[in-house]
Amino acid sequence: MTAPALGKDLLGLESLSATQIKLILDTAEPFKEVSERAIKKVPTLRGKTIVNLFYEASTRTRISFEFAEKRLSADTVNVTAKGSSVEKGENLVDTARNLEAMRIDMVVIRHPSSGAPKFLAERIQSNVVNAGDGRHEHPTQALLDMLTIRDRLGTIAGLKVCIVGDILHSRVARSNIWGLKKLGAEVGVCGPQSLMPHGIEHLGVTVFRRIEEAIEWSDVLNVLRLQLERMEAGYIPSLREYYRVFGVSEDRLARAPKDLLILHPGPINRGVEIQSSVADGPHSVILKQVTNGVAVRMAVLYLLAGGQPESAEAAKGSVRGGME
Amino acid sequence: MRRSMAAADRTTLFDARAIARALERMAEEILDMAGRADALVLVGIQRRGVDLAGRLARLIEAGAGKLVERGAIDITLYRDDLRTVGPMPIIGETNLPPDLTGKVVIIVDDVLYTGRTVRAALAELADFGRPARIGLCVLIDRGGRELPIQADIVGETVSSQPGDHVDVLVEERDGRDAVEFVKGATE
Repeated sequence: MTAPALGKDLLGLESLSATQIKLILDTAEPFKEVSERAIKKVPTLRGKTIVNLFYEASTRTRISFEFAEKRLSADTVNVTAKGSSVEKGENLVDTARNLEAMRIDMVVIRHPSSGAPKFLAERIQSNVVNAGDGRHEHPTQALLDMLTIRDRLGTIAGLKVCIVGDILHSRVARSNIWGLKKLGAEVGVCGPQSLMPHGIEHLGVTVFRRIEEAIEWSDVLNVLRLQLERMEAGYIPSLREYYRVFGVSEDRLARAPKDLLILHPGPINRGVEIQSSVADGPHSVILKQVTNGVAVRMAVLYLLAGGQPESAEAAKGSVRGGME
Repeated sequence: MRRSMAAADRTTLFDARAIARALERMAEEILDMAGRADALVLVGIQRRGVDLAGRLARLIEAGAGKLVERGAIDITLYRDDLRTVGPMPIIGETNLPPDLTGKVVIIVDDVLYTGRTVRAALAELADFGRPARIGLCVLIDRGGRELPIQADIVGETVSSQPGDHVDVLVEERDGRDAVEFVKGATE
């Protein structure tokens, strides 16, 4: 049985169908088991070379991709903007073409500019995976969020999921909105007006101005990290003020008609967007998200390594009956 | 895939009764090979090997009066043709006891053909410990090996050409037990 193809690249969830998103989530399931083995490694991508090209600081995402790559037996190289030729002014395509000249197979890219992964994908042969670009998308984060929700609640369709915080600057919010809506969830957003993009309701989401209303409405809260720079830039008056108005606290959750599942993409600012005891509480799945992140990324790398439908047709004749 | 051939092209090689008899004999041979039931682990290869391993385990349990440990293995991630296969195959569940060291592991599959699936299974099992012994038990051996691999316990032997289909149908998955043969196009 063959899975429907994902295509050459994973650039965002906006361009994927519900079937493709479900395929990634379903493929992640067997990969969870690989990470529970004593020997956490399968030979699937042996001989593949993957470059993690990070133009922006990242700990969790980069390490998660690296674990996923290593557990699939790929060879990996990390390139960060600091301390590389990027600092000398080399442009993105030149950097990537030089890497391709060394015969790589995939690039995992994080970039501060929205659209950089797409720009790159159109210009190189290697598979490109978006690990977060500007305010645009962070598809693997949304996929691991959805996998975690599905694990706990059994389904995505019909759920009410509210994303809380800095929606304006958040690629995690955008990818989640696309993905969740495609799988049939209702999506809400809640945050200060200064951090809410104009016209967000045109994406088909419900906008909540008050966290209390969002909590009352939701089955799931996905609490975004409030970047401390936002205060310096004048989007919010102070961190304490933000917590007072939008903080996800035990008191506020206690007034909800039902228990809410709590997600957070990390890293957490305890006492800013979320109370410490909520982050560590029984309804928090924050560490489950981290575990699922590796499985989701293994699934994406596995599916992309399978190539495109055209090449599949050509290859079919030669391997038929090879694995009965 | 197994149902796509027109019924007229199919011949039944073994019916449910013949399969039941073969499985009973195979269960006895497995117990002889393992020596005792408590060291034995029956590992079925996804998907029909898992069904057959379950049946063999129940037969051995009925005979020996002891529970037999069982596992399931999906060899997709260990296949040697993933580079050429095109869109990636859907992966089934692997569920093995955490440590196989010292166990007598019997791999169970429906059909033994090229031997490549078994090679992949051996590589995967090696990542789960060091069994005292690994054996191979198949319902049908259809010949056509591409690797130096042979089964220890065989239900029935069938002679076939490349291009022929030898399909094992199991009650659990297909609604009935049968082994069917479809002649391939002559080249």
